[in-house]
Amino acid sequence: MNRKLLKKIAAKTGFAILLAGILLFTVFPFYYAIVTSFKSGSELFDVTWWVSAFDFSNYASVIGDGSFVGSIWNSVLVSFATVIIAMAFGLTAAYALGRVQFRGRSAVLMIVLGVSMFPQVAVLSGLFEVIRALDLYNNPLALIFSYTIFTLPFTVWILTTFMRQLPKELEEAAIVDGASPMTTLFKVFIPLMWPAMATTGLLAFIAAWNEFLFALTFTLTDDQRTVPVAIALLTGGSQYELPWGNLMAASVIVTVPLVLLVLIFQRRIVSGLTAGAVKG
Amino acid sequence: MPAKRQASRVRRQRLRAAWLFLIPMLVVLAAVAGWPLMRTIWFSFTDASFANISEYGLVGFENYLVYDNGAWYGVLADPTWWNAVWNTLFFTVVSVGMETVLGLIIALTLNAQFRGRGWVRAATLIPWAVPTIVSAKMWGWMLHDQFGIINEMLMGLGLIAEPLNWTANADLSMWAVIMVDVWKTTPFMALLTLAALQMLPSDCYEAAKVDGIHPVRVFFKVTLPLILPALMVAIIFRVLDALRVFDVIYVLTSNSADTMSMSVYARQQLVEFQDVGYGSAASTVLFLIIALLTISYLYLGRKQIGGEA
Repeated sequence: MNRKLLKKIAAKTGFAILLAGILLFTVFPFYYAIVTSFKSGSELFDVTWWVSAFDFSNYASVIGDGSFVGSIWNSVLVSFATVIIAMAFGLTAAYALGRVQFRGRSAVLMIVLGVSMFPQVAVLSGLFEVIRALDLYNNPLALIFSYTIFTLPFTVWILTTFMRQLPKELEEAAIVDGASPMTTLFKVFIPLMWPAMATTGLLAFIAAWNEFLFALTFTLTDDQRTVPVAIALLTGGSQYELPWGNLMAASVIVTVPLVLLVLIFQRRIVSGLTAGAVKG
Repeated sequence: MPAKRQASRVRRQRLRAAWLFLIPMLVVLAAVAGWPLMRTIWFSFTDASFANISEYGLVGFENYLVYDNGAWYGVLADPTWWNAVWNTLFFTVVSVGMETVLGLIIALTLNAQFRGRGWVRAATLIPWAVPTIVSAKMWGWMLHDQFGIINEMLMGLGLIAEPLNWTANADLSMWAVIMVDVWKTTPFMALLTLAALQMLPSDCYEAAKVDGIHPVRVFFKVTLPLILPALMVAIIFRVLDALRVFDVIYVLTSNSADTMSMSVYARQQLVEFQDVGYGSAASTVLFLIIALLTISYLYLGRKQIGGEA
């Protein structure tokens, strides 16, 4: 009996250690960035585990730098526009792919899946030429345009999966009433699709907010950049030392909104990720 | 008869609407993916430069492989390219392998019932949401050669005698890159594995428990085979993603040859060396590698689905 109890305690402790290890592994780097962001000057060079004093000078200097705030605005604009475009094209396409049986349907789905596998660098030079031709070089609009290459495929894919699960009777009533496909989509499906749209919208937003390669290549000047590029290219007063305090403050500023989104919508995000991969 | 005619009229109308709905998406995909890809392949046969992309001459396969004056030139004869290929493969195999094992451990832990499970699951999502650039910078700071907390920890534990230069040392920098990638993408693996675990029927576990079979044996004989299909999908997704890795390497170690991936190589040729022809050739080879893998995966996947039906 005693041995059994001991075994149980050992198992519980082991599990607790495992959990603590997982939490430390996932949360610590971001926690440490926050700790660093409140240090300045020579404090940065002492490793500490806790925040000893809240020194906001890094935040002040990052926000005081007009070009970083400009980058945040560019990122917000690009991410929201990317989401809206992905939704507009994704919903109509998902209706066709999820609700209508037609020849070529699986071919279209294969194309969509194929595009989602494209390495971004493989379209870089061709896309650069297109952007030059449209006169969008060094303009956030170029990013909105190019980001559809990765947001549209998974938006279509996930929305199609969700659309297919809705009962057939919904549509039949609308057809009997003589509603056009457009009316059916807007009056019957879209009101029911809000959860799925929120999921895909979040995933598209995060993907656009985090994108780096296109943003690095298609913009040139500080005022047109998005935050990932601004952070990657942030340099200090001297050429040799990076301003780690400022860097960590900037990192925290751009990551906190995402972390909040994830904490609030974790169920939606998980269902979106699994719908995109497992059911695919 | 009229009812039948009306039904077919509705069907025709729906078919027309379906294509009308699809065309905008297909046009957009053609504009951002299809056409640029064709142009990249086309450029790979030219000597176009980044500064003046509209004027170029055709050079045939010269960017890929050419024999000139007793030596081979072109991407396929460039040792730097093959080094990048090797780096990418090493990175892909090691980081996806580690992510799979760690993801499985985290998923099995989260699959147990305990208080605060929702919070732990939310916490594991944090690395996934952190932008890759930010995670590379955060880890770059933690791995700093003089003031980094990782060196401090390892020295405190007595594992190393003096600070290591993680991101610049040729033997360590690839491991630094792998560390960041594993941190960032393990949550994805864990969540997909968890979703698969939660779909498992509970009755076979009860049977195993009644029979007194050891949990480790149950895991290898029951759980793993059952979640293997879902796990494979997640692994394929990650492999295709890892093969095109760019952000984390570019930010953590810049264009260092020790960690250069195929994407970093191609972009360096394209943008920094302004050689669109040569860079496009490298991009095209990368595209072909990934396309080949995707097609074989789709082919195998279809076969599997066909077998089940």
